[in-house]
Amino acid sequence: MIFALTPSQTVGPYFAIGLPWPGGPYAVAPGTDGALTIRGTIYDGAGTPIPDYLLETWQADPSGRFADLWAHAGPSELAGFRGFARIGHEDGDGTFEFLTLKPGPVALAGGGVAAPHIDVSLFARGMLGRCVTRIYFADEEAANAADPVLASVPEARRNTLLARAVADGYEIDFRLQGPGETVFFAI
Amino acid sequence: MADSDDEPRRIYAPVVDTPTSYDRDGEDLHPPLDYPAYKSTRLRHPKQPLIYLPQGLTEVTGPALGSAEVLGKLDNDLTRQHDGEAIGERITVTGRVLDTEGKPLRNTLVEIWQANAAGRYRHRWDRFPAPLDPNFSGAGRCVTDDEGRYRFVTVKPGPYPWGNHYNAWRPSHIHFSLLGRAFAQRLVTQLYFPGDPLFPFDPIFNSIADVAARERLVARFSIERSIPDWALCFEFDIFLRGPGATPFEESP
Repeated sequence: MIFALTPSQTVGPYFAIGLPWPGGPYAVAPGTDGALTIRGTIYDGAGTPIPDYLLETWQADPSGRFADLWAHAGPSELAGFRGFARIGHEDGDGTFEFLTLKPGPVALAGGGVAAPHIDVSLFARGMLGRCVTRIYFADEEAANAADPVLASVPEARRNTLLARAVADGYEIDFRLQGPGETVFFAI
Repeated sequence: MADSDDEPRRIYAPVVDTPTSYDRDGEDLHPPLDYPAYKSTRLRHPKQPLIYLPQGLTEVTGPALGSAEVLGKLDNDLTRQHDGEAIGERITVTGRVLDTEGKPLRNTLVEIWQANAAGRYRHRWDRFPAPLDPNFSGAGRCVTDDEGRYRFVTVKPGPYPWGNHYNAWRPSHIHFSLLGRAFAQRLVTQLYFPGDPLFPFDPIFNSIADVAARERLVARFSIERSIPDWALCFEFDIFLRGPGATPFEESP
């Protein structure tokens, strides 16, 4: 490291004038085969839904490839797949939803395979930096059992990372504090 | 379609000439998530320790935004997004997005949002009784060029009151959002202006404990880049995380 990092600051209460856009919640184009909705609610430490949050997601496509410009791993050849969703509300009811495809497994740096997962960044007024978590899928039992990141999470807290299958997709809530506090990661 | 058990899943590995990890050193320069002087942090920070996440493909890749999909022609000129010109002290804000090795980050999205010259945001939650400017929305975006440079034309935002404590005012600032080239580089921060008398009283600015790190959020006034008879210029370089140490260095 030659230069020091630029430090983080909060997104504040007014990010909605700049960051969200109508297509933001579509990590994949509507109508794509296999598209599913992931939804949930974000709670603060008092158990109250957070009305003003910015949520971003980033993930591989079903073949484990990414829609990034830099050709790290492919790139994804799936038309309409962006792999990135941004959901932001200024005074919502604390719920979020985005449309995506279920990601495939991706290679791990040290060999092996990571269970299907979606990276999540959470920003809000009152948060001086982002909180990072992951969405895993409760119905990927075998893959989850072999995933080293999940294995590093205390067993009693692992379920906070697991999205449950529902009719049109999956559900997962994020809790910043208190009973059932979501596991957040240092990356 | 997303999940077929009939055929083995093919696993794609990273190509070799891109970072396989991002430096974790210096992460402690960021402000703490639990910072009592900024009261809204109280119910909005995790209380359990963060769990170490080994960086994998998902963290070293990042979204490819910055195409025509999200960019309009006047997106980087906040003074000309309406029929009339925005009111206020016209300024240009420019700088480079680099990693901590000094390498420019090209073609990466830079997004900003800010109050108008009177300190009022165009947002229904902002009840500060200062005038709205019908010719100023306060949001801009651009992508960096081959040298990692971005440039905005805007008006200098005013300070404004907030409810954190008695007589609380935010120093003038512009919010910046950076995607970088990898999920691990994502950063949201704020630009401040040199010499602001509100610095000693602002818990958000002072949440960064390291004085030198805090000062890096203060833009530099540049007389050289100011445009005669038109606009003052402020420069603000942004440093995102660089590549992590390579575990096995090859000798030349």
